[in-house]
Amino acid sequence: MKVRAFEHGLLLALAVVLLAMAGVASADDKAGWKSGTSLAATQEQSCVRDAAFMRRNHMEVIKHARIDTVRKGVRGVDGSLSECIACHVNKDDKGAPIPVNQEGQFCAGCHQQVGVALDCYQCHATVPTH
Amino acid sequence: MKNTQDTNQKRRQFLQKGAAVTAIAVAPGVMLHTAAKAKPVGEAVTDAVRWGMLVDAAKCADGCDACVQACNEENGLNLLQKPHDAEDEMWDQQIPKWIRNVKVKDNLTGHVTSLPMMCQHCEHPPCVDVCPTTASFRRADGIVMVDRHLCIGCRYCMMACPYKARSFVHEVVEHKLTRTPRGKGCVESCNFCVHRLDNGQTTTACQDACAKDGHNAITFGDLNNPDSEVSKALKEQSSTQIRADLKLNTGVRYRGV
Ligand code: SF4
Ligand code: SF4
Repeated sequence: MKVRAFEHGLLLALAVVLLAMAGVASADDKAGWKSGTSLAATQEQSCVRDAAFMRRNHMEVIKHARIDTVRKGVRGVDGSLSECIACHVNKDDKGAPIPVNQEGQFCAGCHQQVGVALDCYQCHATVPTH
Repeated sequence: MKNTQDTNQKRRQFLQKGAAVTAIAVAPGVMLHTAAKAKPVGEAVTDAVRWGMLVDAAKCADGCDACVQACNEENGLNLLQKPHDAEDEMWDQQIPKWIRNVKVKDNLTGHVTSLPMMCQHCEHPPCVDVCPTTASFRRADGIVMVDRHLCIGCRYCMMACPYKARSFVHEVVEHKLTRTPRGKGCVESCNFCVHRLDNGQTTTACQDACAKDGHNAITFGDLNNPDSEVSKALKEQSSTQIRADLKLNTGVRYRGV
């Protein structure tokens, strides 16, 4: 019984957090804040999964791919970070790629908004290179 | 009571979905195009192959550093900028080196041998034994490398390696290549150009550079395949493991030392 009460408490806490996040998002929207986007995302090109799934679970997809690639040598995996970058990188007026972790860009936009550190790019290239 | 049952039901459905996703993620890779001789790009490496190298020090030209330069370019090591406040000597000691040019002098005869020294891809790697996080690991195909996702930068492996093969990245890496992710706070070392091998190529950058300059001191290939160039060369003439007394069964062998 105690366990159930604890679970209810957890659900309640989760609901509060979600409501708070929604509040933050709308406040930011009012302030003219735009979340990061990319040509690929706006044109709804086919991602490796559908957009709603990716918004919540992209980290799991990437993590699965990274283990297969680094530890088992599987390349061309479904969900490789370099493919994410190749698709979602934006170009400036001169056609030069803008790093995906730059303010307001595809990766940084959302991560800034929700206050989640974006550690991938301490090691990974932020624009497509060889 | 009902609520709890609902929650459990939902959890079960969620877990099932999660499992389905995992299966999908594995399957498409398996069907990707295959390269001629090397392993199919979308498949895991196996111990059917053991990558290895023979370095002929007699052919290694004094003063040449073609292999080192090629390695630096291949893996983006040359993109690391010296910090403004770093002293030259300190920087020279700290800048990551995957291959080092080593000179060995016989004090009795005065004969000097130069050779490239890199990770020896030991079958029994001390760097893997000491790693507290399993970041330092040996792949099924014999390549010893660091999984930077797990490396905490403790540098135990640097101390354990008898060949001084590993480097620690001391500075923020602003510019990196897609094929070689690398960053501050992790240890790194030669990985036999793993991105090339995984994508179906069969040579390393150092080997290509040495051959291009006409020295041909480096032979690389599959030690498990008796018909590979490296296996044939090893069978033909004698070679040695550096510090063979440690019984690490190195994947890199030397001749003329
Ligand atoms: S040479 Fe050093 S880094 Fe390479 S496998 Fe052996 S112990 Fe590890
Ligand atoms: S520095 Fe990294 S790879 Fe080396 S022993 Fe420590 S955690 Fe392992």
